[in-house]
Amino acid sequence: MNSGLVFAMAGTLLFALGTAGVLLVRALFRRILAFNVMGSGAFLVLVGLAQRTGPPDPVTQAMVLTGIVVAVAATALALALVRRLHALTGRLEIQQRNDE
Amino acid sequence: MSELLAWLILLPLAWAAVAFLIGPASGGPIAIVALAVQLGMSIRVGIAVQTSGPQLHAVGGWGAPLGIDLFADGLAVAMILMIQVVALPVAVYARSYFDASAREARYFWPLTGFLVAGLNALVLSTDLFNLYVALELIGLSAVGLVAAGGAAAQVNAALRYLIATLVASGAYLFGVALLYGVYGTVSTATLALLVSKDAPGIAWVAGGLLTVGLMVKTALFPFHFWLPPAHGKAPAPVSALLSALVVKASFYLLLRLWIGPLRGLEPGLALASLPALLGGAAILWGSYQAIRAEGLKRLVAYSTVAQLGYLFLIFPLLGRPGAIQAAVMQAVAHALAKAGMFLAAGVLTKATGQDSVAGLSGAAQRLPVSIFAFGLAGMSLMGLPPSSGFLAKWLLISVSLANGYWIIAAMTLIGGLLAAVYVFRVLRQAFVATTEQVVLHPVSAASEWAALGLAAASVVLGLRGVELMRLLEV
Repeated sequence: MNSGLVFAMAGTLLFALGTAGVLLVRALFRRILAFNVMGSGAFLVLVGLAQRTGPPDPVTQAMVLTGIVVAVAATALALALVRRLHALTGRLEIQQRNDE
Repeated sequence: MSELLAWLILLPLAWAAVAFLIGPASGGPIAIVALAVQLGMSIRVGIAVQTSGPQLHAVGGWGAPLGIDLFADGLAVAMILMIQVVALPVAVYARSYFDASAREARYFWPLTGFLVAGLNALVLSTDLFNLYVALELIGLSAVGLVAAGGAAAQVNAALRYLIATLVASGAYLFGVALLYGVYGTVSTATLALLVSKDAPGIAWVAGGLLTVGLMVKTALFPFHFWLPPAHGKAPAPVSALLSALVVKASFYLLLRLWIGPLRGLEPGLALASLPALLGGAAILWGSYQAIRAEGLKRLVAYSTVAQLGYLFLIFPLLGRPGAIQAAVMQAVAHALAKAGMFLAAGVLTKATGQDSVAGLSGAAQRLPVSIFAFGLAGMSLMGLPPSSGFLAKWLLISVSLANGYWIIAAMTLIGGLLAAVYVFRVLRQAFVATTEQVVLHPVSAASEWAALGLAAASVVLGLRGVELMRLLEV
């Protein structure tokens, strides 16, 4: 088994862990961290699976760079919203029944 | 000619940035002028596609695989037209809806620009990764629009929406990574040639992840949990954009994937029936919740959950003649009707100062234009002739009966009846004569007529549906 495939498998594991974290944990900061773990997992699979045979693939590297920018923007938005929620309500969790 | 495709993405990005820099008071006029220009460009692209076939544009002269290709066929042009036709009246409405000093107004124009750019980019993109970026642009600006008011309920709804949309994009990206790992390309056209019936299991996993991710973004039952709070709590123009356009974008992509790159997997009848089953459940559950909702905007939001269900009824029929036409007609009919309905609901809640169906007594005499708009939009949702909603449901029923799927036809009819129940609940309350003096807050005529324009368009499209059908054949 070559290194590319090891990366891909580690990425799959991280993605699964991250997804479980986002869905099952209630604390918002942990959910945001879990989302980042999830994204990193997908990036590892993208890079690892593509170079399992032969040299590194520049196309996937460019995609992952773009993906990281998107993930940073999403994280920043999430953090800003959590701060606002905390300032208004003192809570750091999503209220499930906010539909009146 | 084909460089118009790039301008349809570049122009909204540009006016969004300008609107952000010069502030809310002047952002509106720029947005309205630019959206009118975009509508003109969409019509020109539509004529070009109609006369000389699908248009391809390599951005900056760099074609795929190095650069980015933009592609417009009949299906894409129909969506592009739908986006611009809905966004322009909504912008006109928003200009009079928001007070210049309101918190929402500060962010509405830039975020709407980014949203429209994302929607146009998604419709025109031809590779899975570019589509991912467009999905994220749409998701992040939509969440920003929901949160822009800054109230606790809105921020809460926005966070719920954000988490759902991020998990969905994560699943989509993972699916793209797997597909690239197997086939070494993200081009939808190339993938359509490569993916075949004897694809490895990993391609099935990828297809499943793409599909589930997009179903969450389209708020298909049971993944609809984020939609009613987000669409119900947002200001009316935002709700209109989200319900009419944003959920349609992810549906369009799902449709594109299953008639393009993933078609080669040839899912069996059992698998293809699963989305239709969930769609049927969405019609029943969404209508039920709309019938018992106390808030007016909440009712309209649940009606969106139900109407999105129809879109998924066509999945077992994909590939049969008329199936795509039925889905696109339903998507466009609902976009026009629901945008009109949300705008009318916004006028009604603003004038009465509260958001409940019970508080609408006497509204029919005081706000006849808005109630008429609500009724026209409701006509299209129920599927009464000659509205476009009728045409959509008629197409759906005829294609399902032609292929022996009577259950889909029955589901369509039941959904129409249930829609009548919640639409008439609102109309009946509005016509109740009330003896007490209700004080109404003033609303501008422009906002009432923008709502009526959209609702009327959803009816008129029913009379001119042939043109749309012809466009889809390109």
